[in-house]
Amino acid sequence: MENKKKLVIGVIGADVHAVGIQILNHAFEDAGFEVTNLGVMVSQEEYIAAAVETAADAIMVSSLYGHGELDCRGLREKCQEAGLKDILLYVGGNIVVGKQPFDEVEARFKKMGFDRVFGPGTDPQDTIKALKEDFGL
Amino acid sequence: MNPILMIDFGSTNTKVTAVDLDGEKLLGTAASYTTVQTDINDGLENALKKLEAKTGKLDYTARYACSSAAGGLRMIASGLVPELTAEAARQAALGAGAKVLKTYAYELTEDDAEEIQRLAPDIFLLTGGTDGGNKDNILQNAKVLAGIEGTFPVLIAGNRAAARTCEKILTEAGKQVIVCENVMPKFNELNIQPAQDKIREIFLDRIIKAKGLSQASQLISGIMMPTPAAVLAAMELLSRGTEDFGEGKGLGELAAVDVGGATTDIYSMTDGAPERPNTIIKGLPEPYAKRTVEGDIGMRYSAAGIVEAAGLGAVSSLAGLDEDRTLELLDEITNDTSRMPDTPELEAFDKALASMAIKVGMSRHAGTFEKVYTPMGEAYAQVGKDLSRVDKIIITGGSLIHNTPEAVRAIAAHALYDINQPSSLKPQNAQVLVDKEYILSAMGLLSQYHPETALKIMKKELVSYGTAK
Repeated sequence: MENKKKLVIGVIGADVHAVGIQILNHAFEDAGFEVTNLGVMVSQEEYIAAAVETAADAIMVSSLYGHGELDCRGLREKCQEAGLKDILLYVGGNIVVGKQPFDEVEARFKKMGFDRVFGPGTDPQDTIKALKEDFGL
Repeated sequence: MNPILMIDFGSTNTKVTAVDLDGEKLLGTAASYTTVQTDINDGLENALKKLEAKTGKLDYTARYACSSAAGGLRMIASGLVPELTAEAARQAALGAGAKVLKTYAYELTEDDAEEIQRLAPDIFLLTGGTDGGNKDNILQNAKVLAGIEGTFPVLIAGNRAAARTCEKILTEAGKQVIVCENVMPKFNELNIQPAQDKIREIFLDRIIKAKGLSQASQLISGIMMPTPAAVLAAMELLSRGTEDFGEGKGLGELAAVDVGGATTDIYSMTDGAPERPNTIIKGLPEPYAKRTVEGDIGMRYSAAGIVEAAGLGAVSSLAGLDEDRTLELLDEITNDTSRMPDTPELEAFDKALASMAIKVGMSRHAGTFEKVYTPMGEAYAQVGKDLSRVDKIIITGGSLIHNTPEAVRAIAAHALYDINQPSSLKPQNAQVLVDKEYILSAMGLLSQYHPETALKIMKKELVSYGTAK
């Protein structure tokens, strides 16, 4: 059990979309990851506290209500402040308002310090593939 | 008749309670002044003499005792994240009846090490990391503890993957080490019972001897526990009962307050689940039987803390005094902590202090909620326990139980929902039950062997003073 890669997942901000995060939870566990699921309405501080305590390898931020950009700002800096130097940060969902070209959105979130950015309708398997790549599994 | 004796060694009083097991009734109570400096047995003998005067000579078939003498069970706890393992560790210690001197989060510094050495706790509870989670922090803290002089035992209840290494580090430094299950094996999963059981064992093995209670313990046939743990056991029994129906049925959800000279203890027996729909719970899961201690508020030693927490204006207007006079009286009682409320002015001041102690203590104990506007409509985020449906408040502690029913009801009303703190989840209105004979700790002791009898006696002896609104 101790060799499994550990993920902290949750839906950020004032977002109460509760179904998708359960699906992700199962998909990640089936793929062999150890998952700490924070559920909905998760603050940046909660992701960080959970990641510190569980010594997580990645924080997976979901956002479905369009305010993701505001909610995610500063998360990378706070991780650094908390000593989570090399932690992977992923974000995915309807993370911005309206329809915007995905490459622009991706660029903005990468600039904020996210390692991977996923648009709406991403298959969980694609995310799992990316995780395995990044962990060198 | 089958008489049993319960003894409560306090820091200033030794209290004895006699119960008849066959008749399932209280025979009598008595108390006597004691200090540990003299001999704890003197106080016990005096109290027993007083009791004998009331009940006649009794041939006790068993004697049980609890103790908060010599400062009680003094503990320090440490964890990793303040809201997670550090809080879980603190909860474990409080629920075990300890006085928590300090809770540290993250890495212990050199300053912390000096402070720990100075505070010289009875037990240090070392935690941090979920199982398989962070190891660095607890290992580092074990190293710091290893460098501290002192004979206190260290209870390790952190990441199991690091427990052995911590044990080795501390044992090599000559510390007594006990390892048990993690207080938080998985993220946000509270597992404090194993640590509490160990704390009780250490208390029995070591602390009692160290505190000069071993002589007295020769008279005692069974169980010694910290007094707050006994009170907590009594509350839980009173709430849950021994059966789901009939005579063994408990009172259901309840809260209790004990305003002492130095601290204010608040208890709640409820799962604290949200009453409102659309509520999302944040933070650690809460134990059904929860105890919090406010070390900065009490009727004498910590009276200044009440004034500081509640505000001078609030205390003086409630007492009907002007602010200068309030400060003078505050000075008087802080300098003479044995001062009784012997003037009408002091009586009013004491009532105001007690009211504010309860208000502040309950506000800190109860959960809070926050309204969140989401694109899908309104939702609520709740932290801590929702006590709004709790409809019984037990009042115990010498400073309160001797007041008139009207006065106690008015004081207890300060534990309730307050329009000025709309987000605090305090009880809406509650029946006030008073521990007039001051038997809760004794009933907690009795509950360990004879829960049915303890429940019956509590139901009989707790007096209803009506409903506070």
